[in-house]
This record gives sequence, structure tokens and C-alpha cells, in this order.
Amino acid sequence: MSLAMKQQQQNEEINLTPLSIAKPEAKLYLSFMYVAFISLFIGGLMGLLQVLVRSGDFELPLGIGYYQILTLHGVILALVLTTFFIIGFQYSLLGKTVGMSAKQRKLGWLSFWTMTVGTALTATAILLGKANVLYTFYAPLKAHPIFYIGLALVVVGTWIAALVNWHQVYVWKKAHPNQKTPLLAFMVTINMIMWVICSLGVAVTVLVQFIPWSLGYTETINVLLSRTLFWYFGHPLVYFWLLPAYMAWYAIIPKIIGGKIFSDSLARLSFILFLFFSIPVGFHHQLTEPGIDPTWKFIQVVLTFMVIIPSLMTAFSMFAMFETTGRKQGATGLFDWFKKLPWKDVRFVAPFVGMLAFIPGGAGGIINASHQLNTLVHNTIWVTGHFHLTIATTVLLTFFGIAYWLIPHLTGRKLTPKIHKLGIYQTIIWAVGMLIMSGAMHIQGLLGGPRRSSFSEYGGTEQAAEWAGYQAAQAVGGALLFIGIVLMIYIFMDLLAFAPKGEEEYPIAEEEEDAQPTPSWMENWKLWIGITIALILFAYTIPMIDIIQNAPPGSPPFDNIL
Amino acid sequence: MHLHKYEKIWLIFGGASLVLFLAILGFGAFYLGTHPQSHGVTIDPENVEANEAFQRENLGITQVDDDKYIVNVVASAFNYDLGSDEDGNAVSHLEIPKGSTVLFQVVSTDVVHGFNVAGTNVNMMVEPGYISSMEVQLNKAGEYTLLCNEYCGVGHHMMHATVEVVDDESGNETAAAE
Repeated sequence: MSLAMKQQQQNEEINLTPLSIAKPEAKLYLSFMYVAFISLFIGGLMGLLQVLVRSGDFELPLGIGYYQILTLHGVILALVLTTFFIIGFQYSLLGKTVGMSAKQRKLGWLSFWTMTVGTALTATAILLGKANVLYTFYAPLKAHPIFYIGLALVVVGTWIAALVNWHQVYVWKKAHPNQKTPLLAFMVTINMIMWVICSLGVAVTVLVQFIPWSLGYTETINVLLSRTLFWYFGHPLVYFWLLPAYMAWYAIIPKIIGGKIFSDSLARLSFILFLFFSIPVGFHHQLTEPGIDPTWKFIQVVLTFMVIIPSLMTAFSMFAMFETTGRKQGATGLFDWFKKLPWKDVRFVAPFVGMLAFIPGGAGGIINASHQLNTLVHNTIWVTGHFHLTIATTVLLTFFGIAYWLIPHLTGRKLTPKIHKLGIYQTIIWAVGMLIMSGAMHIQGLLGGPRRSSFSEYGGTEQAAEWAGYQAAQAVGGALLFIGIVLMIYIFMDLLAFAPKGEEEYPIAEEEEDAQPTPSWMENWKLWIGITIALILFAYTIPMIDIIQNAPPGSPPFDNIL
Repeated sequence: MHLHKYEKIWLIFGGASLVLFLAILGFGAFYLGTHPQSHGVTIDPENVEANEAFQRENLGITQVDDDKYIVNVVASAFNYDLGSDEDGNAVSHLEIPKGSTVLFQVVSTDVVHGFNVAGTNVNMMVEPGYISSMEVQLNKAGEYTLLCNEYCGVGHHMMHATVEVVDDESGNETAAAE
């Protein structure tokens, strides 16, 4: 019996929290990280090629198409990197806070392999050039059936993970009947409830509409229905990316900066509100579509804006936590606490820059979802600039911030001062690169420049000539970001195999000793799920019936124009 | 559950701003009628000519009143059909007198397209099976790029035309020309 396993057993006997992570579990969590970081490299390389093509001075070799690499970029970063990192990270959170049995670990491997096989199938279809449909795969563009089957398997893999996660929490709960679920376990439970409810939408459209249609069993597809089901999934998808970052902000960063959780119940409440208001809002991605009733669009706009409340709660909690911690360390005056933050600790600096990016990112999101204002920016490259701030900066820098301690913790190595330094350079390169790229995208978008388009002079119009300048700036920013990715991959490999052996802390923050108790109604799962479903039924039932009842003739597949 | 005093102030301020924002959006949408385009008017994408507006001779710009124009467009990969001129050449440039009211009506015969007169409020998704339409006033003279801003296939970025908003009075007579 290995030392780690002995320790694990000991922990189980005396029930210590946090638990330690045994080798076989570490292997499972790390496997998710391998796929995530390989995806980061491939997707980043595609991003570099895109900005180069769009600069107008570069052409892709070997007959590779722009829209092929754009599809790969979107799928591998927005779907593969995020999902693998999140599922792996969440397994580790639960392993640490509520434990993982051998049987659960086996099912964890099943989820990993299901997702990996699905990814490989989808990637094959894309690499063969049989799926140039971008990651949103809007009908009636048709990809090879393997593309959809692969995606379906990835989703099924995440459902297995969700069942394992809930089982982990359930087992812990049974053993600790009168205790509140650990905060991080509570958050993982919420995120997976949201994920399963929303991914049902994409599962239905892929299994019922796309797969039979792409195989030729059905002749036509209801385009608007497929888009509506996609966006029923597509918006909560972004919260599925964001909530794991919030987990780190609420419950891990305080420990890193030497503070305590600001408020356990406030953190839980904000997650409950995210569960309510992430899903019944997909129409704000479809505002300029011709077939949806405008009143229902407006209703979903109002529901969309409700997430501002938990977002404001989170912003307050973060800065309150920073200030409280700084003052405890002797800060005086109005802003002295800010200097007390650990500016040389990359585990803090990377996510902090991510938080800053969320201020313009969130404001841009409010503009995008504003019923009428959306018309001005819809499908312009402003939108691309927006989500490169939110997902590709806020979420990704937080994930990097997690990786700096999670990887060495799992490999039994130390995060060295050298890596701290390199990581801070990485963060700065990322921030500068993104400021240039995303900034240029925002401005070009306001001037009307379209997203998802290869380089074009648009017949030589003055406007297109003006856009070209911003596209050159995006190439500069994008090149910097690619350097950032190469640096991150170097750091990842160092922490995997070269950093000195030792023990790196898995930072989990605690509450203040005199903290107010968390009310027990917070764990009324039936109520939270009930309200979530009621909101979804309210927002979608009538417009869905309208879309199906008043449907135009369906569309046959188009794959000869890809 | 305990809320910090400052947090209460923060959330009340945030909540009040939110209500104000939504009230402005609602006022715009329901009182001024500035909804994004949605009419739910369906059409058979394989037989768009069944609708008079999309018969060949009615495509492109048509003056319907003193200051009123209709622009009918059939979008398909990778072209906007704006009708043909007197010599039978395909039109790829529209001239619209400044300040006139224009109704754009667009349909797709194949996949999903975008219809964006870049830099203006004319921005619509065009989906097979539906008529996308939007009435606007173009008040700023100049040449605008009309382009597809929803990915529609390998030639997506080659799908474009130009719309010129012309300032002088003579624009009225030459509006349909080119």
C-alpha cells in the first residue's frame, strides 16, 4: 500500500477536511488537464492563423480553409478546453472536500474516455474538412454525421461526470447528516444541475434533429427550432464556464491571499441566482431573427438582466474580501489594503487580472443583450471582442491561476519562484495582447465589421479599408496571445515533470470564526430545481409552441457550399 | 442571512439602475415600437417567387411614394440578388436618397445569411422560411457596405454589395439606376 493511500485511509477514518488526494485520483484529474492544455495549444495556433489571414498578408498553405481552422478554434477552445478543465477541476474539488470512492473513480474514468472518444470523432470530421460548420453548427449547413455523434458523446461524458459528482455529495451528506455541504461541493452541485438541464436542449437538437437529418433518415430540418434549442443551451454554456472561475474567486483566492471567505451564505445565494437566470434567456442571442415574437424576446431580455444581481454580489464580495484581508494585515487609510495584496503570487495575480477584464466584459454583455442596442452589434466582430474578454480572459486567466497550484499538487511538485515570475509575465503578455486584440475588435465591430469572416476587401469599399487597419492590430494582439500560450504550455510541462518534488498546497479558504451561520434552507434542492424549471417553462413554452406550429417548410441539408 | 450595510447600498443602487435600464428598453420597445425585426412571416424557401415581392422583376429598389422605397432582396450562397438593370446586368449597387424611408425585405433560398448595411441599424438574420424585414430612414449620406454577417459557407466573405445614401435632389430620379 502506497503512502498516499495509507494517508487517504487514515483521513477517511478520522474524517479530516480537506481530504488528501491519492495517486489514482490525481491521475484521473490530471488526464482531464492533459486534454485541456493540448487543446489550448491547438486552438491557440488556429487563432494565430486566423488573425494572420485576416491581416490580409498571409494565406493558408496546403488548401486548408479559413472556416476549417475557425471551426477547429471554436470547438476545441470553447467546447473541449473548457469542458475538460472544468470537469477535471470539479472532480478534484469534490475529491478534496467530500471524497471519491474507488467506484466513483472508475465511473470518472468512464466519463473521461466517453468525452475523449467524442472529441476525437468530432476532431476527425473537422480535420478531414467534412465539418466546416463552425462550433454553432447552424442548420441547414450540414457536417458529416460523425461531427454530431462526437459532440453528443462529449455531452454524455459530462452527464456521467454530473451523476458521479452528485453521488459524491450524496454519500458525504449521508455520513454528515447535520452539517452543511462544503461550499465548493455546493457550488459544483449547482453548476452540474445547470449544465445537465441546459445540455438537454443541445442533446435534443443533435439526437432528434441533426443526426437523423445528416444520415439522410429525415429529409428536412426545422431551422428555427434547432437554433432555439441550441441557444437554450448556448447561453448557460457561458455560465458553465464562468461558475468554476467564481468557485475559485469565492472559496480559493481568500486562502491564497491569507484571508477568509467573505460570506458563505452570500456565495451560495449568488450561485442559486445564477442557476435560476442562466437558462431562460437564450433569445437574447436570437434578437435579430425573423421568426420569434418580439414580446417573448423582451421577456427573455428582462430575465437575462437578472444575472446582474449575483454578478454585483460577486464583485462586492471580492473587493470586500480583499479589503478585509488587507486591513487585517495592518493596512490603514482608504486604499492601502490594495498594496497589501500578494502581487508576486501568480496564483492571485492571474485571476485578479481576469476579474478586472470582467468589468468591461460584463458591461459589453449588457449592451449585447439590450433588446434594441443588439441590432447595432449583432454578428459584428464586437461580439468576438466581447467573449474574448469574458471567456478568453476572465475565465481562462482564472483557470491558469488554478493550474499553477493544482498541477504541482497533483504531480507532487512545487510551484517555484521562477514559475511565479514566468506566470506573472504570462499574465501581463495576455493582458496586453488581449487589450490590443479585443480593443480593436470592439472598435471595428462598432464600425460595422463582421465577425466569422475571412479577409475580404468587400469590393474595395472605404469601410472595408478602414476595417483592415483594425484587423492588422488584431494580428499584433493575437501574436502576443500566442506567445502567452506557448509560455503557458512551457509552465504546464514544467509543473508536470520538471519542477522540484515537494508538496504544493491545495488552497481551500475557511470562514471567519465569528461568521454568521449559513441558513439551512440554502440546501433546499427541490425548491431550487423547481424554480429553475418553472422559469424555463414560463420563458419558452409559448414561443416554442409558436415556432413549431407556425413553422415554414423545413430545409434540406447543404454541404456542397462548405 | 446577514448582508453588510455597504453591500445593501451597493445592491439597492445596482438593482435600481437595473430597473431604470429595463424601463428604458421597455419604453423603447413597447411605446416607441423599436423592437428588433420579428414578424414571423413565413415563405417557402424553395419557391420564394410565390410571393410577389420576390419575383425577379420586383427585386432591387422600387420607389413607392415621394420619399418611400422598397428594397427586395433574395439572398443565396454567396450573393444578394438585387435584380438587374436595363442591360440585364446584375445590380450590386443601390442608391437611396438621403432622408427617405426604406423598407428592406430579404429572404434566403438556401442557408442562414446575415443582411447588414454596415454601420447602420439595418442588421437582420435571414433564415430560410421567413421574410426578414425592417423599415429605416437613412439620414447620413455616404457609401455603405452591404454584407453577409452570418457564416454561410466557403464564399461567405465574398457576399456583398454597396448601398449609397445620396445627398442631392437628383438622387430621386437615378435611385434605381446603375
